[in-house]
Amino acid sequence: MSASDTRSALASRDAAAPAAELPRLSVEQASYAYAHQRRSAPMFTLSATSFQARQREVVAILGPNASGKSTLLQIISGALKPLSGRVLLDGVEIRSLGTRTRAQRIAFVEQQSQLVFPATVGEYVLQGRHAYGRALHLATEEDIVLGMNALAQVGAEHLADRRMDQLSGGEKQRVILARALAQQPLLLLLDEPTLHLDIGAQVDLLERLRRLSEENRQTVIVVTHELGLAAEFADQVVLLHSGKCLRVGTAAEVYQRELLEQVFSASLDVETGPAGRPRVSLRSRSDGAGPRTT
Amino acid sequence: MRPLTLRRLLWTCGSLVALLLVIIVVALKLGAVPVSVTDLVMSLGRVAIGRSDQLPAEYRLIVFDIRLPRILLGVMVGAALSVAGAGFQALLRNPLADPYVLGVSSGSALGAIIAINVAPQFALATPLGAFLGAVATITCVYFLGLREGNLDSTTLLLAGIICASFLSAIIMFLMTTLSSRDQRGMAFWLMGDLSTPQTSDVRWLFLVGLVVAIGAIYTTAADLNLLLTGEREAAHLGVEVTRVKLVVYVAASLLTALAVSASGAIGYVGLLIPHAMRFLFGSDYRLLIPASALGGAIAIVAADALARTVVAPTELPVGAVTAIAGAPIFIYLLRRRMR
Repeated sequence: MSASDTRSALASRDAAAPAAELPRLSVEQASYAYAHQRRSAPMFTLSATSFQARQREVVAILGPNASGKSTLLQIISGALKPLSGRVLLDGVEIRSLGTRTRAQRIAFVEQQSQLVFPATVGEYVLQGRHAYGRALHLATEEDIVLGMNALAQVGAEHLADRRMDQLSGGEKQRVILARALAQQPLLLLLDEPTLHLDIGAQVDLLERLRRLSEENRQTVIVVTHELGLAAEFADQVVLLHSGKCLRVGTAAEVYQRELLEQVFSASLDVETGPAGRPRVSLRSRSDGAGPRTT
Repeated sequence: MRPLTLRRLLWTCGSLVALLLVIIVVALKLGAVPVSVTDLVMSLGRVAIGRSDQLPAEYRLIVFDIRLPRILLGVMVGAALSVAGAGFQALLRNPLADPYVLGVSSGSALGAIIAINVAPQFALATPLGAFLGAVATITCVYFLGLREGNLDSTTLLLAGIICASFLSAIIMFLMTTLSSRDQRGMAFWLMGDLSTPQTSDVRWLFLVGLVVAIGAIYTTAADLNLLLTGEREAAHLGVEVTRVKLVVYVAASLLTALAVSASGAIGYVGLLIPHAMRFLFGSDYRLLIPASALGGAIAIVAADALARTVVAPTELPVGAVTAIAGAPIFIYLLRRRMR
């Protein structure tokens, strides 16, 4: 099976899904509350949040630390049950899907993946095929082709026989992404994927995500606190602050100076870049110093 | 990309089975009465084709009634402890986990001792008591190992070690104060020993329990590979985490209980054999579980052969041999992990 076969397989799966104009993902008034104990008062609440995303769309869930970004992502993944509201994928409630079916439709890239015992990159990527396996889950020819394709899509096919603990931060992040792609998901969720990467690797990763969402017709949801990167790569931005969804829209709609300054507790400048996308820079507190891009 | 294939799985297991057979023949040969390898192979052949009646009487007694049952018990105990260790290591995401270090073996031994004293008339009370003791201990150690809702590997290990020494102290207390006819000595429960003959019922129970429990753990082998990356990550990849954890906890506790009720608390096999197999064949649980079962069997049969011969005509408890070999390797692993 070649990469084009993979894409046509994905396309035929999409054809079976409801009409393209329907949103792929629909978050409807989803809320959540964390408490230490069942009966104690909640320590953190995520107020009712709603937004929709279509296929091929990249959505950034943006906000400072402890704003509820990761909680919202866990609710979308089906790992957390929302306190109220629901999350639909192609019109089906995500919590009603079995673990296996969910893993065939939604892939989740955690902030970091820790291995207790070393595995090779190839073995690691094939873990993405687990939800498709039977009995012993021994890899089939198809699994191997799909695994290699996923590695090729992130430019890491040459790493297949290396050990995971011998990779650099950027290489590891790409391999983790390849494992998620091997799941052939409709929805790709990433929790702060750029956290441990230098700026070059951050841009590389987000450009890849943009391209992959087009090629694989995937909906990509990225949790981030990087204002600049979200503005550059997201079609839609969901802005969270202290557990409240403040605004949903394109970066141009969401990026308003007063709002961002209030959310991120920093003095910011917002201007419109050449492609119509906003550019945010940090206004220096000391006079005379030039602005720094965030 | 070189994923695990059925061919590699069968070849590896086949080689280990062959090695186990060689070790069994050598262990049958060793002992106070000298037996030649040729005679042994011939008589094993006779038994295999159903002509055991042609064997000389003293031969039958020494080789088939004394040495062979003990060796076969060693095979089962070794397999049970190693697979239980590999299972606990995956569940707790801790390379230092094993039934002995976690205190599960001591809990099992205590359960068995209580059962013997409460219901000495029931043969099945011992394994049942051992199983309940194992389940209670692993539950207790698991909750003691939690820090802010997450399993902390250092806290878990400390909890296990403290539980183990606490339970061992209670065992010593009971063995000193109780005077039951069924007591088989402190060394048996605290160190492990294969010299106690088992009744045919217990042997069959052990065999059936062993096959069922190892089989149950093996059905989750692919899931365990993913569980090692973390529970949430495993769930995102399609693993039914709660079901897998339940199956492996119960089955690994059962394996520990079976081993302990037949041979006492033999240490370090469950820790070291899975590591040795990982070193040799990689960390894929689909290969690691059968390899650990066979490797554990080989290790215990070899250790018991040593225990029988190294200070002949006296015998060491087999647990002393595994501890002498195991403790330094445990310290090496601990230091390597802390670095």
